[in-house]
Amino acid sequence: MADPKNAPLTGEAAERRMRMLSRRSFLTGGLAAVAGIGAWTWLTTAAHEQGIPWPLRRMLRFNQRLGEGFASLHNLAPTFAAESVQNPPRTNGEIGLDGAVDAAAWCLRIQHAGRAAEQSLTLAALRALPRADLVTELKCVEGWSQVMRFGGVTFHDFLTRFGLGTRSGRAPDPDGDSADLYRYVYLATPDESYYVGLDLAAALHPQTLLCDTMNGQALNREHGAPLRIYLAAKYG
Amino acid sequence: MNRLEPKHPRAVRWMHWVNVPVLTVMIWSGLLIYWANDVYALRVGGVTLLHFFPNWFYDALKLRNGLATGMAYHFTFMWFFALNGLCYVLYTIVSGEWRHLLPNRRTPLEAWHVVLHDLKLRKLPPPRDKFNGAQRLAYTGVIVMGACSLLTGLAIYKPTQLGWLTTLLGGYEWARAEHFALPIGYVLFFVVHVGQVVKAGWNNFRAMATGYELVPVQETIHGRP
Repeated sequence: MADPKNAPLTGEAAERRMRMLSRRSFLTGGLAAVAGIGAWTWLTTAAHEQGIPWPLRRMLRFNQRLGEGFASLHNLAPTFAAESVQNPPRTNGEIGLDGAVDAAAWCLRIQHAGRAAEQSLTLAALRALPRADLVTELKCVEGWSQVMRFGGVTFHDFLTRFGLGTRSGRAPDPDGDSADLYRYVYLATPDESYYVGLDLAAALHPQTLLCDTMNGQALNREHGAPLRIYLAAKYG
Repeated sequence: MNRLEPKHPRAVRWMHWVNVPVLTVMIWSGLLIYWANDVYALRVGGVTLLHFFPNWFYDALKLRNGLATGMAYHFTFMWFFALNGLCYVLYTIVSGEWRHLLPNRRTPLEAWHVVLHDLKLRKLPPPRDKFNGAQRLAYTGVIVMGACSLLTGLAIYKPTQLGWLTTLLGGYEWARAEHFALPIGYVLFFVVHVGQVVKAGWNNFRAMATGYELVPVQETIHGRP
């Protein structure tokens, strides 16, 4: 770092040189600060894309692609002993819960890309699949978490049994033929006011469940009766 | 008579100053996220001494109802924070600057002497070196804290995909608390750091802008490599 041209300066020459360096450095610093404030103003006032300035949206998409490419979805979230379940399960908002749901008449409606007819599944048809039982930590995007027990069927079994998620109708395999696999699945409440889009890799994670029980009890209205999704691969 | 001596390399000065706004944005956006579940407090027995954070704090800094905005800024600026920190660490290794920054076997005693000197309990000033023992501990410590912020951040960003890391840090709840405690440390560091810079005076501060310091000639005889 030593610049031999400057190092030996003493006395008045050193003072003069220092004044020059100060002028230059503080001017550069000032310009950098102005550029920084300009960049910040540009960022915070950029046109919004889905609720946030578009450069931030682009970065979130980049993070998402990176996550889908590199973050292994073969890892499982930690599971816990049944005694560690924390009761009562926390509720979080009312969006999507409008209107009474008649469990007997309730059915899961499936619209599938490339297939004209809408499929309709009863709860009984879903419950005929192998049962999955998972005690794990639900993590809310708001920042709280709770150890809970989820009972239902895996999303993987659900897609496989009903020939969903692939163009060919074969069992979906996140590591298999990517041309055959659809990329996303969209889920919505009966009133369609609460919804979520998932990448299929997350939906096929072994800890993604369609649940009809929580902490050993049938789902209640606040938790999305008669059927809700739980996934370990994403915040809930 | 003074002599002009090089002190801080250009790269270190740039990375130091770039970190100021970047870390500020990280802490601000982190607060927007934390507000959504502001559960931490200092408690002794059953008595809450300090709740993070009081209402006036959220009001004064307009931190309410900004979870989604906070996440968008946090997950964008995390790249600048991480890359700047990584460049700094690589630079100090490659340039040899680490010799002035890492603690050595004299550091603990020297740091203790600096503290006593600053509290006016000890007359003898620390030896004239680029960084004294207390500075070595502080400047190395804050880099380690930065690395911990990245790791605890990743552990709560992808707690399933990086489940091994989350588990290593004590589980999700602990990792989140650690990720929250670290910026409290940055703020304490900032307060002491700025206090020391004010105390050390203009010549020292100017060196962080120009890279050079004016050093009285007779004092350069000892202590300089």
